[in-house]
Amino acid sequence: MAPEEIREVIIEILGDIAPDEDLGTLDDAIAFREQLELDSMDFLDIVMELRKRYRVQIPEDEYVQLASMNSTVSYLTPKMATIAK
Amino acid sequence: MIASKTSQLDDSQRIVITGVGLAAPNGDDLGQYRAALLEGRSGVVPYEIRYFGKTVAGVCNFDPLRYQKRKELRRGTRAGSIGIYAASEAVKDSGWDLPNLDRSTIGVYIGVTEHGNVETESEIYLISGYNYDTSVWSHHHNPRTVANNPAGEIALTLEITGPHYTLGAACAAGNVGLIQAAQMLRLGECDLALAGGVSESIHTFGIFAGFASQGALATHEDPTKASRPFDANRTGIVVAEGGCVYTVERLADAKARGAKIYGELVGYAINTDATDFVLPNPERQAQCVQKALLRAGLNPEDIDIVSTHATGTSNGDALECEALRNVFRESSRTHFNNTKSFIGHCMGAAGALELAGNLPAFRDGVVHHSINVDQLDPECALPNLVLDGPREIGRVRRILNNSFGMLGINSVVIIEDVGQQGH
Repeated sequence: MAPEEIREVIIEILGDIAPDEDLGTLDDAIAFREQLELDSMDFLDIVMELRKRYRVQIPEDEYVQLASMNSTVSYLTPKMATIAK
Repeated sequence: MIASKTSQLDDSQRIVITGVGLAAPNGDDLGQYRAALLEGRSGVVPYEIRYFGKTVAGVCNFDPLRYQKRKELRRGTRAGSIGIYAASEAVKDSGWDLPNLDRSTIGVYIGVTEHGNVETESEIYLISGYNYDTSVWSHHHNPRTVANNPAGEIALTLEITGPHYTLGAACAAGNVGLIQAAQMLRLGECDLALAGGVSESIHTFGIFAGFASQGALATHEDPTKASRPFDANRTGIVVAEGGCVYTVERLADAKARGAKIYGELVGYAINTDATDFVLPNPERQAQCVQKALLRAGLNPEDIDIVSTHATGTSNGDALECEALRNVFRESSRTHFNNTKSFIGHCMGAAGALELAGNLPAFRDGVVHHSINVDQLDPECALPNLVLDGPREIGRVRRILNNSFGMLGINSVVIIEDVGQQGH
């Protein structure tokens, strides 16, 4: 999966987790939490959805990598390189 | 064992209902619901659920987005959502100025028949698609399934910081929520209460399959005819979802703020059959009704309406009628009706919802009828059983509401019209 495809996946997951938010205005460089109403349970939802959909395992001490869209995509790119969308 | 008779109590110990919020299969508020009951309109529809397949159920149509965001709906439970809707409607109806109240003094007491089955079944279904790999089991499972969930979701959403909990009391739970509120108000554990019951049971296949295995699940080609307590050809229970929450307070407080008062809880009782897991015991049911009358200082002829519990099972309906016949034998004044014939069995919400549909009788003097009795079972032939349409009976002073459940739990409440006292 290419970085832009990973971004689409994350947008799709965020759409489920935060259905009241406008994701069209998301700034990829800024932390999700500064733009969206997300708490720790929501971040766990991101982890869980990636595990369910693509069997991607994210160790707990690496959750911090999911802070913003840019950091998330950078972190996931090597992990999801061989996964088809 | 019985506390002081209500008539002897000071206004600070007398407990009144000042607001009603509800989600019923045939109405989203008390006005709609009462109109449906008077018009004979059922809320039972065709329904299908995972594994079990096609059946019928009482399904609600309220708009959950009136009081919750989509994200909150996704995170919470159906029982929580029904509770939030009903509680918010009750607060609106009561005239409570919630933003300016000390919310640490409000208690939330919600009855449930069961809780957690819906989420557990859904999660097991989900992991079955992953070869039962529990690493994809949702982290939302525990907060959704803890037994206090529906009351907790109400407290969380309405930012109420007083005590909250659910009362697991099988299908007697709706009355039990109200009784708990009265006790806590009298003890001074809270100054205001949100109380009643909720049911999300139509979203668990297990309850349908369980009743079917027991031979107690209703079937009928016309869903609106499936729930037929007292009819000779009744086939069992129609499972329903729904909720009803009351605002409850002390009479002195309600008077002081000039509140609208629906009625006063003048009598109540809870007892236990201690004879069977499932089969009711009419002797204990009669004792429960008598205990509630004793607490209220009333005689059977003081009761104008008895809202029966009857669910449409062959044994249950006949046994309740036996109990009622024994208590009300000498009372030509008492009329009997049944709400499940319209909406099915709303489980933990049943007691609270069935009482609510009768409360307007204090104002209009009309007893709503029971529908779907085409051929009355002689064993259920109570005198003044209202069957063929609503009946005007003149001034209604008191309503007695039965609500019974598995493991032999019985609950009864008696509500009295307080007239103009609160106005």
